[in-house]
Amino acid sequence: MTRINLTVDGAKVADDVEPRMLLVQYLREKLGKTGTVVGCDTSNCGACTVHLDGTSVKSCNVLAVQADGSEVTTIEGLAATYDGGDLHPMQEAFRECHGLQCGYCTPGMIMQSVAFLKENPKPTEEEIRVGIEGNLCRCTGYHNIVRAVQLASGQGDHQSAGASTVGVPAEEATS
Amino acid sequence: MTAVADAPDMAKEIGRDRRRKEDQRLITGRTRWTDNLSLPGTLHLAMVRSPFAHATITSIDTTEAMAATNVVAVLTSEDLGESQGVCINAWPITPEQVTPPHLPIANGRVAFAGEIVAVVVARTAAEARDAAELVDVEYEQLPAVIGIKEAMKDEVLAHPDLGTNKSALWVFDSAAAGTGTDVEDAIAKARTDGVVIEREFRQQRLIPAFMEPRSVVVDPTGEQITVWSATQIPHILRFALAATTGVPESKIRVIAPDVGGGFGGKLQQTPEEMIAFAVARRLGKPVKYTETRSESLVSAHHGRDQWQKLTLSAEKDGTVTGLKVELQADLGAYVAIVGGGVPVLGAFMFNAIYKFPAYHFSCQTVLTNTTWTDAYRGAGRPEATFGIERMMDELAAELGVDPLVVREKNWIKHEEFPFTTVAGLEYDSGNYEIATAKAKEIFGYDELRAEQKRRRESNDPVQLGLGVSTFTEMCGLAPSRVLGSLDYGAGGWEHASVRMLATGKVEVVTGASAHGQGHETAFSQIVADRLGIPYDDIEVLHGDTQIASKGLDTYGSRSLVVGGEALVRAADKVIDKALPIAAHLLEASVEDVKFHEGRFQVVGTDAGISLAEVATATFAAHNLPDGVEPSIDADATFDPVNFNYPHGTHLCAMEVDTETGQVTMRKYTCVDDIGNIINPLIVSGQVHGGLVQGIAQALWEEAVYDDQGTLVSGSFVDYLLPTAADTISFEVDHTTTPALTNSLGTKGVGEAGTIASTPAVVNAIVDAVRHLGVNDVQMPCTPERVFNAIHSQGSGGATEGAAMPHFDPDAEPGTSSTADQQGAGA
Repeated sequence: MTRINLTVDGAKVADDVEPRMLLVQYLREKLGKTGTVVGCDTSNCGACTVHLDGTSVKSCNVLAVQADGSEVTTIEGLAATYDGGDLHPMQEAFRECHGLQCGYCTPGMIMQSVAFLKENPKPTEEEIRVGIEGNLCRCTGYHNIVRAVQLASGQGDHQSAGASTVGVPAEEATS
Repeated sequence: MTAVADAPDMAKEIGRDRRRKEDQRLITGRTRWTDNLSLPGTLHLAMVRSPFAHATITSIDTTEAMAATNVVAVLTSEDLGESQGVCINAWPITPEQVTPPHLPIANGRVAFAGEIVAVVVARTAAEARDAAELVDVEYEQLPAVIGIKEAMKDEVLAHPDLGTNKSALWVFDSAAAGTGTDVEDAIAKARTDGVVIEREFRQQRLIPAFMEPRSVVVDPTGEQITVWSATQIPHILRFALAATTGVPESKIRVIAPDVGGGFGGKLQQTPEEMIAFAVARRLGKPVKYTETRSESLVSAHHGRDQWQKLTLSAEKDGTVTGLKVELQADLGAYVAIVGGGVPVLGAFMFNAIYKFPAYHFSCQTVLTNTTWTDAYRGAGRPEATFGIERMMDELAAELGVDPLVVREKNWIKHEEFPFTTVAGLEYDSGNYEIATAKAKEIFGYDELRAEQKRRRESNDPVQLGLGVSTFTEMCGLAPSRVLGSLDYGAGGWEHASVRMLATGKVEVVTGASAHGQGHETAFSQIVADRLGIPYDDIEVLHGDTQIASKGLDTYGSRSLVVGGEALVRAADKVIDKALPIAAHLLEASVEDVKFHEGRFQVVGTDAGISLAEVATATFAAHNLPDGVEPSIDADATFDPVNFNYPHGTHLCAMEVDTETGQVTMRKYTCVDDIGNIINPLIVSGQVHGGLVQGIAQALWEEAVYDDQGTLVSGSFVDYLLPTAADTISFEVDHTTTPALTNSLGTKGVGEAGTIASTPAVVNAIVDAVRHLGVNDVQMPCTPERVFNAIHSQGSGGATEGAAMPHFDPDAEPGTSSTADQQGAGA
């Protein structure tokens, strides 16, 4: 067992952990931070993405002991890092643009998108798509996730998420 | 209690792009995934799985595992005995179907790699998994049969005791059924004076790959044993648990908490659920099992996996005269809960929107030593739509006409609805003309055709192809009588309750169990309009058999068109029950009181009372009419009289680099007619996600086995799920022809995108390189396959070989392939 001290979502925590324990396991099993989830075992899906000292990491790819002394922000603490409301603008954008369905990839997708915009505040659609390609989503087809990131970056609007595409009535087919 | 009176303009929720009620929790990480649950004293399970596709288990030595730290038990099939129940097949498609018994833990012999042979129980998940490595299982390998075409030979048997790999042959013939004429006559005639197109298509094996790995928690400490599971089907699971273990159904509570996607992949009664149930009962302690992704890919059921031999006959003018469909479908090692029923769902859809006078369908299901297969988004209908839409393009090419022209010549005209098809279904409504016209316009069809012509003429190394798919599907599963006639084991009704609370709030209970679809939002909108209650005052409850006591769950695009209709009927009953109470309170006669936008109003006066006020008065029950029960709550169970038939026109533009085989999606436009839309934002999400799953079948995904029966695409490194960088933004629009079989005029949308998009993409790729002698590319259309198709003229673009170039082409199942058949009609 190894003693680690770190700050998670603004709270100082300390635990004895097995050296093999992954950061995501530490967050979920020791701290009850179940907002961060596990979607694969090959670091492909990105569902477990958190911020480690301000940088997005896949927390299945970091040992808990490696996070010793660091500051970790999860989806549960994201809103508190933003001084303007109950939700971080990226969370708000995901809701506004219907950028989630089952919601399982969402914590990781949001955390990655926040980190990505920090690096590239006004990305093109292509840059957004490449910027979040380490995070898999099976529900949305990414269309509305891209809209959400565009909205959060102050570009585009939610209308292109499909809200305005109600069809015109067909002529009476049968009656 | 005057909320309703204060609301300015009710009856306006349906059609609004309401943001989802579900999202506040999901975007802040306040979630209830099954793996998040942690009960005191929980023991953790790890499965010991067979590395071999087919083997006899000669011994299992658990000594070392039992001795490991914090291990509580190591149990085999023999140890659990009858307490483990069995995995059921609810749809024996023929009375003679050959169905191997399926125990949750294999007893004596394993039939696919990944099958469970023992379970380890420990105090932590990590210790359970460590100890699972210490269970010493001795196997004697048996020959494994991999792939449909090998299985059909019956040389190597997946289950030697059964004497055959052939499970069932299901046949529909329009002449025999009286729904059409004889297809052999039509084909024979076309061979002399018409056109016959013959093709063989491969529907590769896919993996649903929901993002949340399956997880189950069982708590046996209460009077009811509580099962939390990442499942689409809590009600069906409860039935299966009770029916196969002998535990009374009333002693079992199943909860599907937040469920992270399903796509059919969680429409299953799984061995893991049965094992967790048995172990919890045996030890008297809560147990938890959460699979790894690698376990999920190898042991959660797979989808598709067919060979399709299609023969289409037509007049020389392009009028279709007959369609003969001969399918072979791979069940995997066992017949899953729906199993062989999946391809049978396609039986009614190969004729699609076209007026075939003659139709014959047969499906031979086979057993192999691979992961069992079952429903994956669309379930039978994507296969059918792919087959027919590819064939219509081939017919157009043969005739030298535009693929939309040959479709229009043959589709059902809007004035011909309701239309009884050659497969015996009655399509209630639709308008293929305007959906197609709108799609063409948005897509810029004529301009893109002109560009394609220019690129052809200039010999551009990057060629442009346009793909068409004018699909329909049958969804809203399903009329119980029809399911009964097809030998399905259950009905297709859905249940709903509306509970009017004392404070004027409303609880809506639905038997449909959502896992990402947005029921809480859309169902709130429906009830808000129906009852005139504010949207925010409505709570939708689901996914717990103690709360939603009746239900048949969520799959087959059924929740809205079946469950939503149950909801409408329950809401109407609430109004009916509230009316006499309202009249009594208003001191008016029932005939003089009308319900409008949430209020009971005495006609011609200002006197009125809101439904919420009636609910409060009913709760107090101080002043009710004589003989009226003090409740205005209501239930309804709705059994549809017909399926539901969304349709649409999907157009895809693909660029194909003829020098490298690289394919790039340039544009995708779809105009779907899904009837009246409750929430356009949710609909758009369903369409986008569905499109990408269908596109992924065309371009990327394939579950590949080696000849030993090892799943080589068994992780997300190898199984190619698309990323944001692989995909594009879509143009989604709608036309609206209301369905006539439910009050809201709605049609299902959950599967439409997946059903429609696959053939549109492949048709576009083939269209781009048809002038180079290609008439098919096997899915997934990898650059290698496209390159080979272009550079192997003469064989008609045969594209045998595995999806990934480092695999031996000979090793891929069933790739004796299509070279002989391809080009037969050309």
